Amino acid sequence: MYFVLSTHYEARGMSKIKQTKYMKLSGLEPLVLGPDMNFINVGERTNVAGSKMFLRLIKEEKFDEALSVALHQVEGGAQIIDINMDDGLIDGKESMVRFLNLIMAEPDIARVPIMIDSSKWDIIEAGLQVVQGKCVVNSISLKEGEEVFKEHVRKLKMYGAAVIVMAFDEVGQADNYQRRCEIAERSYRIMVDECGFPSEDIIFDLNIFPVATGMEEHRRNAIDFIEATHWVRTNLPNVSVSGGVSNVSFSFRGNNPVREAMHSVFLYHAIKKGMNMGIVNPAMLEVYDDIPKDLLEYVEDVILDRRDDATERLLDFAESFKGEVKSEAQKLAWRDLPLQERITHGLVKGIDQFIVEDVEEARLQVAKPLEVIEGHLMIGMGVVGDLFGEGKMFLPQVVKSARVMKRAVAHLMPFIEAAKDENSPPQGKVLLATVKGDVHDIGKNIVGVVLACNNYQIVDLGVMVAPEKILQAAIDEKVDVIGLSGLITPSLDEMVHIAKEMKRLNFTIPLLIGGATTSKAHTAVKIAPEYDGGVVHVLDASRSVPVTSTLIGEDKKISQAFKDKTYAEYDKVREGFLSRGRKKVYLPLAEARANNYKLEFNTDTVYTPNKTGVQVINDLPLEELLPFFDWTPFFQSWELHGKFPAILEDEIVGEQSKDLYKDAKEMLDKIVKEKWFVAKAVYGLFPANTVNSDDIEIYTDNSRVETIQTMLTLRQQSKKAAGKPHIALSDYVAPKETGIEDYIGAFCVTAGFGVEEKAEEYKQNLDDYNSIMVKALADRFAEAFAEYLHDKIRKQDWGYAKGEDLSNEELIKESYQGIRPAPGYPSCPDHTEKTQLWELLSVKENIGVELTDSLAMFPTASVSGHYFAHKDARYFGLGKITKEQVHDFANRRGLSNAEAERWLSPNMAEE
Amino acid sequence: MANIREELKKRILVLDGAMGTMIQQYKFTEEDYRGEQFKDWHVSVKGNNDMLSITQPNAIKEIHAKYFEAGADIAETNTFSSTTIAMADYEMENYVYQLNYESAKIAKEVADEFTAKEPHKPRFVAGSIGPTNRTLSMSPDVNDPGYRAVTFDELRIAYKQQTEALLDGGVDVLLVETVFDTLNAKAALFAIEEVKEERGIDVPIMLSGTITDASGRTLSGQTAEAFLISVSHIPLLSVGLNCALGADALVPHLEAIASNTQYGVSAHPNAGLPNAFGEYDESPSQMAAQIQGYFDKDLINIIGGCCGTTPAHIKAIADIAALAKPRLIAEQLSTK
Repeated sequence: MYFVLSTHYEARGMSKIKQTKYMKLSGLEPLVLGPDMNFINVGERTNVAGSKMFLRLIKEEKFDEALSVALHQVEGGAQIIDINMDDGLIDGKESMVRFLNLIMAEPDIARVPIMIDSSKWDIIEAGLQVVQGKCVVNSISLKEGEEVFKEHVRKLKMYGAAVIVMAFDEVGQADNYQRRCEIAERSYRIMVDECGFPSEDIIFDLNIFPVATGMEEHRRNAIDFIEATHWVRTNLPNVSVSGGVSNVSFSFRGNNPVREAMHSVFLYHAIKKGMNMGIVNPAMLEVYDDIPKDLLEYVEDVILDRRDDATERLLDFAESFKGEVKSEAQKLAWRDLPLQERITHGLVKGIDQFIVEDVEEARLQVAKPLEVIEGHLMIGMGVVGDLFGEGKMFLPQVVKSARVMKRAVAHLMPFIEAAKDENSPPQGKVLLATVKGDVHDIGKNIVGVVLACNNYQIVDLGVMVAPEKILQAAIDEKVDVIGLSGLITPSLDEMVHIAKEMKRLNFTIPLLIGGATTSKAHTAVKIAPEYDGGVVHVLDASRSVPVTSTLIGEDKKISQAFKDKTYAEYDKVREGFLSRGRKKVYLPLAEARANNYKLEFNTDTVYTPNKTGVQVINDLPLEELLPFFDWTPFFQSWELHGKFPAILEDEIVGEQSKDLYKDAKEMLDKIVKEKWFVAKAVYGLFPANTVNSDDIEIYTDNSRVETIQTMLTLRQQSKKAAGKPHIALSDYVAPKETGIEDYIGAFCVTAGFGVEEKAEEYKQNLDDYNSIMVKALADRFAEAFAEYLHDKIRKQDWGYAKGEDLSNEELIKESYQGIRPAPGYPSCPDHTEKTQLWELLSVKENIGVELTDSLAMFPTASVSGHYFAHKDARYFGLGKITKEQVHDFANRRGLSNAEAERWLSPNMAEE
Repeated sequence: MANIREELKKRILVLDGAMGTMIQQYKFTEEDYRGEQFKDWHVSVKGNNDMLSITQPNAIKEIHAKYFEAGADIAETNTFSSTTIAMADYEMENYVYQLNYESAKIAKEVADEFTAKEPHKPRFVAGSIGPTNRTLSMSPDVNDPGYRAVTFDELRIAYKQQTEALLDGGVDVLLVETVFDTLNAKAALFAIEEVKEERGIDVPIMLSGTITDASGRTLSGQTAEAFLISVSHIPLLSVGLNCALGADALVPHLEAIASNTQYGVSAHPNAGLPNAFGEYDESPSQMAAQIQGYFDKDLINIIGGCCGTTPAHIKAIADIAALAKPRLIAEQLSTK
């Protein structure tokens, strides 16, 4: 049937790729492999077979983290994400369905098409049944014969999916040119001619195997693939060709420079011949043009099998290539560039070593010193801004750039002052403030730096700024825009209040909203309707410049158009939000209480502490906290997302993370050695029992007669699937009527004394980078302290986990028994509970940590919460609750309904 | 017998308007809904419009006749919710076959009468297959986004039962409509393909999605083009949009579909957006003026009305459709 194979599968020749139809895939958005798309990269981190980390997350059912792996892939540019759950220790089908269902609820991931990857057909089919978009199935083959193959093809046609067909048949895997072509053609004929499968939905994986293994029969592995690719694309119309590229360089494991070059060379040739899809790790890819000429020649000899001794020559060369590192001289080569390029390089790379001499050189060349800022420096910062906007630079780098910029400007300022000529007016004046009751300012400071670098004049009122002060300053300073920041939920209401006041006082300038707790939805629903001068939610620091320049730019038409567009968008968000709210169903409070989380309370689950009553730790040596550090949130505060330590090796942010980590470790050493911060704690364990379903009575002693205080908890109310309880924290403490003597704990730790002073010191030195760093590290110390203390409570004071021996990693995963929910967080969004906690432990008197008007803790680097020891206690999100519960709570707390509604408004359901 | 595929090449076909709006005018009581067959039914049934095909067949026939009279070429059967899944609200899962069969039968009777009267304008019946009240791509439980209230197989089986009964009752076309979750529609298409294969027939399929708001996405989050790609693996007579928005608001999304498909394109928009009382108040001439825009842009093969439209709307639309040229579909383009 296949003629004389040697001529039929003619490898050479100039024939053209045959394509009239193009593969179309979809997630929430379309992906069309049109003629302009020469290569599609498939993200492969969500693959248990290829990623140990992902396998661990799935095994441990950490689906949230598994989702962030997927999100990271998409954000990193993967156009399709491959999902594979083939592992002996997990239920592949169930994991596939569950993970895909969760992905469908994440629009930022679900926007791209899914590649359902399994060697088991039942897993593939289960996957196809839960994804609405058009997927790629990976993979099918003739391995089990034509009948099974046809059956799969027919099913795929009915589900609507593209498919990867492996070059594999009843005999085995295709490992030479002939077999690759032969199996591809046979598969194609069956699919297209017999089953009517669309040819454009076929992707052949022609098997990429390693070269330079030393085995004679492997010599042609790469070239056979490349030539077979050419034959397939020119003889089987409309199909695609794919493969896993890293295989080809397998024999050079450990020698990344050579592997990177091999991947580039392989892709360079394979893409020219029609390979248009594949799994490639972008971090393992050298720019083809940047491969040193000698290495390029040796690698091409191997890939294209051009010489008999190609492998030996590359091996010899690779040995010499392995250890090569850049010399000092090479590192400083950029110093020979022209002046502007040196200034730009210094800014982009964040190198401040030479900036003063470069700026001085520039100053001597221009007529007015200001021209250096407007010219040289702004050109450099423009490059930084562009790279940041394109996602090629990351926040820590930008803040470092800003530091260099500030040094440069500081050098120029005396000359500018002396020249006293007409300074160019700044682009505009921006007032920044963290609202009343809130003390968090890392994000606000970053925005200030970024805007200042773009020639905006910043009026920074600092933290905990009262609304009247903000508005008065805005009038006095004649600012062009106000930016408000906040991190804790009560700050949201402050922002609403300020918007209302701006309207009442006839303001017309725009209002920018930012900070971790703010969102487009909240801004659209609650803030924007209160003020029509233009309220805009700014997602992160990088957006602050374009938003500000558009809003207060000279062209009023553009700024009005932007406001109109934003408001139209918010109207939509608002409508969507309100209509969503209506659909939710809430249980009456009594029903939710009846369906509480029923735990077992008996001698096995209730423990008598070794020590009760209030205890104080004054000045814990900081080094004791180091083993308890969780670095992941530290990177998050710099807008670098990923788990530590994997983030250090990340394709995209790895290098930045490493730099940041190095700087952080250096400062950390100093903090510990020079005792920059004072760490203090107050805590205690108390007899306690739950009463009236949702309240926890805390007693003076174990006679349980006199109550010190009653802790109020809130109960979930939104309707749940059958069998799932409506949880409140009180469920974790034995009810009084059981007669069982249970306990509860409370704590407040701080590492915040000394932080503000250090941060201010850096700020005075124009070093915002380190000013932000010191605060971010203080936060880590406080969290580590909370972990340290919880460990001590479990093992000693309460003593229920004496034998526990967990690594820091396990601590971070909270693998231990018991929880420590904090007021103001999802399990207990009620901030007013902090007032009680402060009384219970005399926090202010004992360690000096205070509560602001909005019940934020000061110093900021502090953590407080309660301890629950029950083995089934777990964290949960309260979600939305109804007015009925809020009023019931008001009554229990002795607040007016209006006060309770104000405190709990972020959790109130729309009714 | 006339072939709808052939008719579609000749002219723009007109689909009928809203069923619910017309039924409201009869002001049926609980007793009327129950009729003889369900007079002792154990749950309240008022609002179960689909069962009127059994208990008030003359009213339903009258509505079909009014739409044909107004110029409609295709009537939709009164079966939007006639699946075991949607009928669970009234505990009438066991009557699904009868509901679909009777609805199809009476619609076909009216269609045949009109075809006999006006042989130059043959009338067709489309079996309406609604989305059901469950979604395959979304969780009804906000605390558990991975949860699903229904499975692909449950929906596939329900749609298969509905399809078989509609075909037994004599429909000419199947209309999978008001698709707010593409995966539900894929389950329906899968079921229809199974029936086609088992019966060895090639019944034409119309498919119509719903863009739920001005963001241009379906409820399950897809853009119009992504939706189109997700359903194009099955040969369709037409693909398009209905419901949720007024005619003008559909234009950009219809354009996204029309410029990317080789199938026919359909639209049956609402009579504007509901006012504060939930009523639709766009007049026939207002709606027709907007639809004229579709024709001018050469977007349409099948046109009709959804919520709030009446025979007067359909007449206004049919009048201008008769003067407009249909959009060319792939087969015609390739032979041109």
